[in-house]
Amino acid sequence: MQRRAAVQINAEQWVQCARCKKILFKNDFERALRVCSHCGHHHRLRARERIAITVDPDSFVEMDAELISNDPLAFPDYPDKLAKGRQATGEQEAIVTGTAQIGGLPVVLGVMDFAFMGGSMGSVVGEKVVRCFERAVDERCPVLMFCASGGARMQEGLISLMQMAKTTAAVARHHRAGLPYLAVFTDPTMAGVLASFASLADVILAEPGALVGFAGQRVAAQASVGKTPANFQTAEFQHEHGMIDLIVPRRQVRPTLIYLLEMLQSDAGGRP
Amino acid sequence: MTIFDFEKPITELENAIEELRRLAAEKGLDRSKEIAELESQRERLLRQIFAHLKPWDKVLLARHPKRPYAMDYIRLMCEQFLELHGDRLGFDDPAIVAGLARLGRYRLVVVGQQKGRDLKERQRRNFGMAKPEGYRKAMRMFQLAEKFRLPVLTLVDTPAADPGVESEARGISEAIARSMLTLFDLTVPTVSVILGEGGSGGAIALAATNRVLMLEHAIYSVIPPEGCAAILWRDPNRAAQAAEALRLTAEDALQMGLIDLIIPEPLGAAHRDPQTTALSVRTAVLQQLDELSALSPDALREQRYQRFRQMGVYQNIR
Repeated sequence: MQRRAAVQINAEQWVQCARCKKILFKNDFERALRVCSHCGHHHRLRARERIAITVDPDSFVEMDAELISNDPLAFPDYPDKLAKGRQATGEQEAIVTGTAQIGGLPVVLGVMDFAFMGGSMGSVVGEKVVRCFERAVDERCPVLMFCASGGARMQEGLISLMQMAKTTAAVARHHRAGLPYLAVFTDPTMAGVLASFASLADVILAEPGALVGFAGQRVAAQASVGKTPANFQTAEFQHEHGMIDLIVPRRQVRPTLIYLLEMLQSDAGGRP
Repeated sequence: MTIFDFEKPITELENAIEELRRLAAEKGLDRSKEIAELESQRERLLRQIFAHLKPWDKVLLARHPKRPYAMDYIRLMCEQFLELHGDRLGFDDPAIVAGLARLGRYRLVVVGQQKGRDLKERQRRNFGMAKPEGYRKAMRMFQLAEKFRLPVLTLVDTPAADPGVESEARGISEAIARSMLTLFDLTVPTVSVILGEGGSGGAIALAATNRVLMLEHAIYSVIPPEGCAAILWRDPNRAAQAAEALRLTAEDALQMGLIDLIIPEPLGAAHRDPQTTALSVRTAVLQQLDELSALSPDALREQRYQRFRQMGVYQNIR
């Protein structure tokens, strides 16, 4: 399956769907939030684009934008890859976090950006996720995470693996405070991120067709020769197996989140 | 059995010593001088070789087919152990062993990853790769520990969590995440020991503990060196190089402040003297339990939070 961004063709007003290859009028494509009108393919969004279509206008206040990665292992080509990620995205790291309102309700929000080193989780992503949950505990506020990640960031070695534990610890505290945590799995949500804070949300939504799984597809296929179903490691597969509450088309994500935030308000009349 | 290149000269000497002993016994001759000479040669050689182990050698040692496994340590270091079974959700994963043990003055819950010794057992235990039901069994044990105020000891030795289709279908990622979450919620002392392979998510699932100890020749890594080499250079044969880059040795982990203590192994590594190794593990674990027992339930949970909270290397550019 093609998972590249829609390719722009000649004239600026046309784009091509990355999956079905149909040519789409750019304005329509943008108005459809980058969902192909022919095949329904949900193209990846950049973090800022996601924030723009999710939160109430002008309500987003960014946190911790000044945190940047070091190269603690002096790992081959890591500084290069960081520089390229910054250049490609204009972001300092693979997650943008902040506070916002959605349908008038306050949330602490984290949005991962796959275009920055595959959305991988190293020290900075881990720290920013933890600060989201800590801030939310302080302000008795829900957390909303949009996940998009290939997993832990190999270039920070064991330090990256520890971010799985670190983010999970922060989720544990937020849970104990009785506060809601919602996650949306977007394409792709994999490995170290899926196996830590992402899977621990009270309610989990996913966009149609998103790749969602633990091991890389090659590894998984090798481990289970001849048994890999056609929809293996898609959001739909995970939904069928009870790991995701709902598959929600992009346009329905915001209203669904508002409904859930209203239903799960912790301090307001949950009890009869 | 597999003999690794760097072990070959040692094994050759050991064979020669054996041969001499056999001859001496058969013919009733006194070859003790020669044997003593060879043994001191062997010792010198071991010292020489083990003083200059490369990260890749450590990878091989951590995966050594003769390396003691979790059940060996449990047998050698605990006064008593009763294995308990099942996740109460339909499965019992042989890749994870769990039960109630007596260790010195402590009654505790032990959860470990278990590889197999021969081919048949290896397959049955899935090479120590736990499935969701393994982690769910572990969680059940953690909750048992909390209810009865028992400390938890986890023994980590896995190449990775099971990556197969069935594990995916039963939620391997969620199981790993929730295993960590369960450990973070505990208010009893928790200690983990990385015995051999600390293989990424499969390992951290059991190692979100108050103290994390590592055997001298164990490894702990975010990705297997072969996988790392395949991604970096599209060449799994450069795994030795990847092992260097990943900083996956116990010394590296200690230097980076990610583990608390290295447990020394006997000369020639754990498989040359499992008893001594197990005794060292026992002593180290008991000492950690003594220290942790002084903390209140809340302080234990807080210490665990802060332990992981401070992990990460970054810069603030404001």
